[in-house]
Amino acid sequence: MTRLHDMGGRFGDGPVVPEAEHVKFHADWHPRALAITLACGSLGLWNIDTSRHARESLSPADYGQFSYYEKWISALADLLVAKGAVSQDELAAGLAMGTSALSARKLRADTVADVLAKGGPADRPSDVAPLFVSGDAVTVRPFAENRVVPGGHTRLPVYARGAKGRVLRVHGSHVLPDSNAHALGEAPEPLYAVVFKASVLWAHTEHPADEVVVDMWQSYLEPL
Amino acid sequence: MRGIYASLYAGARAALRDWTNQFPAAHDQFMPHDHPHHNHPHALLPPDPALRVKALETILTQKGLVDPAALDEIIDTYENRIGPRNGAHVVARAWVDPGFRAALLKDADAVVSELGYYGRQGEHMVAVENTDRLHNMVVCTLCSCYPWPLLGIPPGWYKSDAYRARTVREPRKVLSEFGVTLPAEVAVRVWDSTAEVRYLVIPQRPIGSEGMDEAGLMQLVTRDSMIGCGLAKVP
Repeated sequence: MTRLHDMGGRFGDGPVVPEAEHVKFHADWHPRALAITLACGSLGLWNIDTSRHARESLSPADYGQFSYYEKWISALADLLVAKGAVSQDELAAGLAMGTSALSARKLRADTVADVLAKGGPADRPSDVAPLFVSGDAVTVRPFAENRVVPGGHTRLPVYARGAKGRVLRVHGSHVLPDSNAHALGEAPEPLYAVVFKASVLWAHTEHPADEVVVDMWQSYLEPL
Repeated sequence: MRGIYASLYAGARAALRDWTNQFPAAHDQFMPHDHPHHNHPHALLPPDPALRVKALETILTQKGLVDPAALDEIIDTYENRIGPRNGAHVVARAWVDPGFRAALLKDADAVVSELGYYGRQGEHMVAVENTDRLHNMVVCTLCSCYPWPLLGIPPGWYKSDAYRARTVREPRKVLSEFGVTLPAEVAVRVWDSTAEVRYLVIPQRPIGSEGMDEAGLMQLVTRDSMIGCGLAKVP
């Protein structure tokens, strides 16, 4: 990943522009991009962490200028090639060269509702014993980087690295994205909601009582 | 332990190298020289996003990897069937039924499942309640995680760089852009959705809604209020 996606706390962005509730898409191709991405996800060639990592691996120039759904479809094309489902020649030609051996896995219209309703839960039994309980003081580890794969996927935002906080909720054990995104196994471990005073994270806070909560896997944390 | 990490590390290095090495020729062979970007396969598709999606759909349909009827079904689901009225139903019921409210705050998964609102991107729900002293807001700084089964697909602003970047640092300024100003005695708690847990804000029941039934109250619950970027409407 490039780190460009990790934008919490960044300066220089403009105002947030509210929009009416009935607006679902902003261009005719947006719903197609959404649907193709979801349909390909159900082929079972990758998991949600792989697909997030593929979007984060777009070049900084692309990530910066692509709209939301452009990121989705571009990362999708990259993943389809990486997994051997589509060839570069096919992308270049805009045409298929034969049918896929994976076509039996194709998402069918009559199973869409079931697949969406089933979802993809991330909680798992784990051998890793919880180190913390609600109320415990913790420190976030000093590097917001994947500890196993250099430049690999992580869900630890840079703004929280090294920060001191307190466990607010224990979520149970969840799949570790840092491992799962790289086909290194699900490696489930305890997950916590950790609360930080805004004044611990930012030099100029809006209000002394404000807080930020970040979901953190156990390996992102150290006891205080 | 060190041995395990070393072998994981080596495997991961190899995987990363494989990933990078798969696309070495793409740029040289296919890209016009004025295209500044690298050698990712997506650059082989037309740059215009509408054409890019169309080309991808054509290839995938011809290969038998996607069924256009399934795509239509997915789109219809998120355009017409799954949206913020689901969340409004949950909030309105929490306002009128103390037992439901307590169950929702204790174990939201069980409660939303019972109402048929479990599903993709809402597998691990947590409901957080606004009070006279605490206002909750939800963001995903790393991508755009959002409780789809309860609120539908996220609005454009939720996915914007501005919202992702600013909400954790200056939530009150962001709120002001939605026309909301909080009193000084109310703390803001921003939830950054970095895991697969999804947060639903239970806004405060507005003054003047006493005696209204669940169906009437649902009309007061806006999508933005369930993200924490608005307040419920006053009747």
